[in-house]
Amino acid sequence: MSVAAFYAWIGVGLCVLGLFGFIMHRHLVRRLLAFNIMGSGSFLLLVGLAQDDRGVDPVPQAMVLTGIVVAVASTALALVVFRRWFRVSGESILPEDV
Amino acid sequence: MIRLLAALFACLTVSVVLVVAIINRSLPEGNLPAQVAERLPETGVSHAVTAVLLDFRSYDTLLEVAVLLVAVVVAMALREAQPDGPDRMGLANPLLRAVVSWLLPLMLLVAAYLLWAGSSMPGGAFQAGAVLAAAGVLLRLAGVGFNWMEHPMRLRVVLAAGLAVFVAVGTGCLIAGRAFLDYPPKFAGSLILFIECAVTLSIALALVSLLQLAPPQEDGPLLPERRRRFRK
Amino acid sequence: MNPLPWLVVLPLMTALVIFLLPTRWRAPGSLLAAVFLSLISIYTLVEVIRLGILVHALAGYAAPLGIRLRADGFTAVMAVLTALVTMFCAVQAAAYLRGKPEEEGFWPLLWFMWAALNSIWLSTDLFNLYVGVELLGLTAVGLVALSGNAQSLAAAMRYLLAALLGSLSYLIGVALIYGELGSLALSDLALHGIGLPTVLIALVMMTFGLVLKTALFPLHGWLPPAHGGALTPVSALLSALVIKASLYILMRLWMTLDVAVLPVYLAWILGLMGSGAVLWGGWMALRQNRLKHLVAYSTVAQVGYLFLFFPLVTGTAATAAVLAWDATMLMLISHALAKAGMFLAAGNLVFAIGSPRIADLAGVCRFRPFSLLSFGVAGVSLAGLPPSGGFNAKWLLLQSTLASGQWVWLPVLFIGGLLSAAYVIKVLGHSFIEGPLRDHFRTPPLTQEFSAFILASASLVLGFVSQVPLTWLRIGGPFAGGG
Repeated sequence: MSVAAFYAWIGVGLCVLGLFGFIMHRHLVRRLLAFNIMGSGSFLLLVGLAQDDRGVDPVPQAMVLTGIVVAVASTALALVVFRRWFRVSGESILPEDV
Repeated sequence: MIRLLAALFACLTVSVVLVVAIINRSLPEGNLPAQVAERLPETGVSHAVTAVLLDFRSYDTLLEVAVLLVAVVVAMALREAQPDGPDRMGLANPLLRAVVSWLLPLMLLVAAYLLWAGSSMPGGAFQAGAVLAAAGVLLRLAGVGFNWMEHPMRLRVVLAAGLAVFVAVGTGCLIAGRAFLDYPPKFAGSLILFIECAVTLSIALALVSLLQLAPPQEDGPLLPERRRRFRK
Repeated sequence: MNPLPWLVVLPLMTALVIFLLPTRWRAPGSLLAAVFLSLISIYTLVEVIRLGILVHALAGYAAPLGIRLRADGFTAVMAVLTALVTMFCAVQAAAYLRGKPEEEGFWPLLWFMWAALNSIWLSTDLFNLYVGVELLGLTAVGLVALSGNAQSLAAAMRYLLAALLGSLSYLIGVALIYGELGSLALSDLALHGIGLPTVLIALVMMTFGLVLKTALFPLHGWLPPAHGGALTPVSALLSALVIKASLYILMRLWMTLDVAVLPVYLAWILGLMGSGAVLWGGWMALRQNRLKHLVAYSTVAQVGYLFLFFPLVTGTAATAAVLAWDATMLMLISHALAKAGMFLAAGNLVFAIGSPRIADLAGVCRFRPFSLLSFGVAGVSLAGLPPSGGFNAKWLLLQSTLASGQWVWLPVLFIGGLLSAAYVIKVLGHSFIEGPLRDHFRTPPLTQEFSAFILASASLVLGFVSQVPLTWLRIGGPFAGGG
């Protein structure tokens, strides 16, 4: 097993771990952290899987860079919305019904 | 309990599916890295990742800069709808101030270096922007205000600059009769550096202002009588 | 001149300019630019009709090294539909938002949304579609959150979590496909990807993500609060266009991977979920007591019909598949027009009575007959009554069901139609009650009422000229020769 394949498997592990946290937790910050773990997992999967057979591949590396910025933007937006929600409701979880 | 079962079920399904997918993989048909290496001389930069980011797949990067700007636009609109009290961010810690005054020049230097190195080594606009943003965040934590950030127009111009320069360069190519973002070979290297400079500034400012646009710590949560105003 | 890059460049440029303009100039500036962009969209359609498929290799590199924009009939019609719906929503919003604090944020986000939609219609690259979907998702979340009150922030948060999970699922699919094929271009997927087990699993992951973003039953939980609670023009845009974007990608993926060889059970799962959506969405719509939430649940139901496409084209006879394609396309267009019109009309009614509740509509038929007419006209198309685009679409769907021998969907179509007629009539019924006499109804500006009416009646007119867009939609598509 090459190092890249190792990364891919770690990526799968992180995805599953993140998914578990995303479903289990109700606190919004924890769900966001879980989302970020899942995101890192899928980035590892993207790079690791591609580089397993072909050696260094700049294309998935660049895509991961793009993906990271997108994930940062989404997380930041989610935190802003969360802080505003916390401010008006005093809650850190979403109402279950609606 | 139901949550736990759902989570376990989802995780089990996803892990089985992914393991099957990875094990059943066949050898890929295409060989993109070879193509990248072959066309690298046309891009005006010598680092392959930068070439993919700002030339081969520059359109992705353009949209990604737009994504970051959208996050800031939304944060600004939310503050408009839900005004904040006076911003008193900053920790009353003399040590932080002292360290920041030492660190700041170094961080600026590192940011500039990363930006410059991007064309031939790992580095580039995003890394430089992130370091610059970290410097800005440290400054804010140390309680150093940016007066010019209070001016909404100036703030907006710098925030929009990255995407604006990117789109303008692309459109320039289009008007010159080339494809969108198809830089003329003679200027490719300098155009990429130009775009990267603008994008670095915008990214750094976007990240700092996202921090600043979240409601300040002292403000939340609102007291019940003020909270009712926002509840329908 | 090739119009394709301009379809993305122009809205991005306008977004930047609008972002820098002072608030009072944002609405007129947007309307002016919207006219230009609509003209470019129409020009694109004309060129596609004249020349066939249009392509533009971005940055001058051919796929898979670069990214290619491509427009066939489906793309061009979606671009024109986007222009039409956005244009009238913008006209409505210009009056509706005047003087509100949301005005400042709405206009730049509207333009980013338009750019994201056009980039999705045109893209032929899996990763680029991911970035486009994220741009669209964050813009839509921002538009939902715009009011900044507890209700809309909670709806936006819920929407954002669903959108993020959906995009990650899609991204994992992208990673698997890149690992397998070493390329992200849809054309390479069609060439090398068919029948590979890893690609199939990637398709499942991507389908899950996109279905979550399209709010297909039972993953629809985020939609009613987001669409029902947003500002009126935002609700209209989200229901008419934004959820169609993920559906569009899903349909493209399925057709790229050749519907003839994809596993039938997967398509049936989507069809069954769609049937569940039609029944559950219709039933829940009937039980709502707030007008805009009723319309939002009606979107959940209507999305269900669009997913009957998958079982009807996967592994069925060519005649059934062509009919299903035509039916779904017509359903998609007429739903976009009717639902945008209905949301705008509902917003006008809510504005007139000053209450979101259906029970308070009593007596409104005397005072705001025009708004009510728009609502009814849109309702005719949604319920599939003749003559309307919705009726023709359901008629074609019925024929496709018969031609493919999949009788299972017949009761779904029948009960779904009854339910949608019922919830439209529920609203009309309440407004004809001579209830407790109210002496005060606010008058919405005329432009607001007209934009609702034009969109709603467009879906009715579609019933008379259905054949025309259907011919355009087949250009360069997988069912080019049929029909």
